[in-house]
Amino acid sequence: MHLAYPAVLAALLFCTGLYGVLARRNAILVLMSVELMLNAVNLNLVAFDVWLRDTLHAGQALTLFTIAIAAAEIGIGLAIVLMVYRNRGTSDVDRLRDTAEGHEPDPNTTGGSTADTTSTARPEVAA
Amino acid sequence: MTPAATVAAAATNGPGFLSPTGVEIAFLLVGLATFGAALVTVTTKQLVHAALWLVVALGGIAVEYLLLTAEFIAWVQVLIYLGSVIVLLLFGLMLTKAPIGRSPDADSGNRWIALGVAVVAAASLVWVVVDAFRTTWIDLDGPVQGSTKVSGEILFQHWVLPFEALSVLLLAALIGAIVLSRRNDPADARDKGKR
Repeated sequence: MHLAYPAVLAALLFCTGLYGVLARRNAILVLMSVELMLNAVNLNLVAFDVWLRDTLHAGQALTLFTIAIAAAEIGIGLAIVLMVYRNRGTSDVDRLRDTAEGHEPDPNTTGGSTADTTSTARPEVAA
Repeated sequence: MTPAATVAAAATNGPGFLSPTGVEIAFLLVGLATFGAALVTVTTKQLVHAALWLVVALGGIAVEYLLLTAEFIAWVQVLIYLGSVIVLLLFGLMLTKAPIGRSPDADSGNRWIALGVAVVAAASLVWVVVDAFRTTWIDLDGPVQGSTKVSGEILFQHWVLPFEALSVLLLAALIGAIVLSRRNDPADARDKGKR
């Protein structure tokens, strides 16, 4: 098999994930796109490992490690998204602008306990 | 085989692109399906459908691992990604009350900038990769390189220390997820009762 096939497929999948990370608004869809990017990297690692016939099989070992780290990442990421959703009532990354410079808090996001101007991480603690 | 392909095959240590082997044809078809499913995942307006199309994309990558003779990683991919990560993502979608039908605001306003960045990155990466590995041939014959026996031997002979460090990392992630998602705050509970 030509090495170009898996390498090109990995590049295309990585750029698809890149588009998803930049264009999606829901935080969980952003996490899905990150999974696509990680899988593209895994495909590259496996293809180059099979090509090089490494005696240590570093590519396959690193692929397994990447899969485990991706599982940990998705668990922590979802926990953070759920906590943000519980505190703010939204998982929309465009509306989480408290730490952005030069942006006033959006007055439209007054649903639930969101958008107080004190910009604390936990609005109900300040209340 | 055309003369040009013969020359190309003679120049390299593998056949040309014009005479693909069966494995290459299968890889190409599964790759097209995987890429299409990935595109639908990042463009669909229905959030749950995005998760379900991600199943197709990740399953296609598992098939690609099988075609590259990495059996163990293929089954780990099926177990962990298709079995647990997708379920976690679906749980996350449901717990954040994602709309079931079409949600018109699934994409943010900087979609066209994102499309430009992705297309430029894809073009440059594909150009570099094709230019670098146009003549490289993977020899898939011989002993299987990714069987469970081989993977277990290399993992527990040469990669024991990273493996154990990874188990510590997984434990830390587990504890961190529990701490993050636990609601132990009395103000939080009071606020919830008020709401």
